[in-house]
Amino acid sequence: MSMVDVAKGVIEIIATKVRREHGPVQLSDSLDGLGIESLDVLELTFAIEEKFNIEIPFNANTAFEFKTVGDLVHAVQGIVAQKTASA
Amino acid sequence: MNRVVITGLGAVSPIGQSAAAYWAALVEGQSGFGPPTIFPTDRLNTKVVAEVKDFVPADHFDTRQIGFLDRVSQFAVVAAREAVAQSGLSFDGELGERTAAIIGSGIGGQTTQDDNFRRFYGENATRVHPLIIPRTMPSAPASQISMFFGIKGPTYAISTACASATHAIGQAFHLIRGGGATCALAGGAEAQLTQGTMKAWEAMRILAPDTCRPFSIDRKGMVLGEGAAILALEALDHAAARGADILGEIVGFGMSADAGDLTAPDVGGMVRAMAAALADAGLTDDAVDYVNAHGTGTTANDATETAALHKAFGAHARKLAVSSTKSMVGHALGAAGALEAIAAVMAIRDGVIPPTMNHLGPDPACDLDYVPNEARRQPVRAALSNSFAFGGLNAVIALRQFAG
Repeated sequence: MSMVDVAKGVIEIIATKVRREHGPVQLSDSLDGLGIESLDVLELTFAIEEKFNIEIPFNANTAFEFKTVGDLVHAVQGIVAQKTASA
Repeated sequence: MNRVVITGLGAVSPIGQSAAAYWAALVEGQSGFGPPTIFPTDRLNTKVVAEVKDFVPADHFDTRQIGFLDRVSQFAVVAAREAVAQSGLSFDGELGERTAAIIGSGIGGQTTQDDNFRRFYGENATRVHPLIIPRTMPSAPASQISMFFGIKGPTYAISTACASATHAIGQAFHLIRGGGATCALAGGAEAQLTQGTMKAWEAMRILAPDTCRPFSIDRKGMVLGEGAAILALEALDHAAARGADILGEIVGFGMSADAGDLTAPDVGGMVRAMAAALADAGLTDDAVDYVNAHGTGTTANDATETAALHKAFGAHARKLAVSSTKSMVGHALGAAGALEAIAAVMAIRDGVIPPTMNHLGPDPACDLDYVPNEARRQPVRAALSNSFAFGGLNAVIALRQFAG
């Protein structure tokens, strides 16, 4: 899977959780600005893990380190790349 | 002490997805029974359930909300919306803090648990949905109703198997009567129809293979159902002050436990619950015209309930109209008592007694007037709604025609 496809896939999943009137989701958009709340993050993480068959290390007790759509896309791209390399 | 009146009704049932549609279908004697569409039956012997068919979550909730709501909470919130809308209540400000939400559920979010555990145990899924826990908890319908409507007073679930909703309505009634709340949303919700739970019920050997025939000769057991019903309850002074349309009055609540067999019904426990409800209401036995029976359609329940009615009402038992609406909607377990309370409210309001359908003829052990196969126009001054649960937990509410 190309990194462009990963980015597209992550953005598609994020778009299902956007709560505010909003045009196409951009890498620079902040998750907060899209109205994505803590419970949405749980579902987002789940959906992304399912789609790419990866584990995103994330514990709700620690601060969520992904501020923007781009942060999340890059993190997923990194995990997918690592998995592909080790496969 | 406050008098407690009903100002709103809401229902999601196998024979109608609103209180009005449900009541009209009861009076017509419609059947909610058929093969399930939400799970396969190839590994089951029982092929009949009372399912809420064509329930489309997207008609009621947006995608994000659906992620948080098991089917049981969806039913509960939809029924609550209808009851709130009919009541005209709004829970902004102080009234929200003076309003309770007490919602029964015997099982909770069974579909969510079943789907995800099947994937995990059976299909070796590496991960499961992150909201299984808050979707599955039996208190989820109560919490969701609180959040959807801004109800900030006493809010909790009651889980007493098949008596859950009657206990919930009764507790809400006592709470308002005693001054602990001004208003309440009370009732029950259940959505436990899955392949796994059907198998578990089959193992108890009390499911009918064809249909539910309460109090009838040749009855073969119960049919499992699902749904929700919510009543908006209100202190009479509050309802009158805002000019609300008053649909009926709850006047008594009785509870008891058998402390006996795990599943076998008990005359003594039933009698004590009915007698307690009548005493709590200050009603004499001959003031009651209608009993919405627990009437599951099992051999044991219906004979035992008949014996208990004889004992609780004496000679007046033969003058009672007794019917089981489970003959149309099946047994919705933790929602059953609320669906049946609506039937009792509407029987009093409209002067029409819903029938016991599928009745083939008298069983010597069931010798009362069960209003067989056809609704009857008859004034009802007061009614009881009976719920007698597995584990010997009994709850009965008494309702009376509202008269100023």
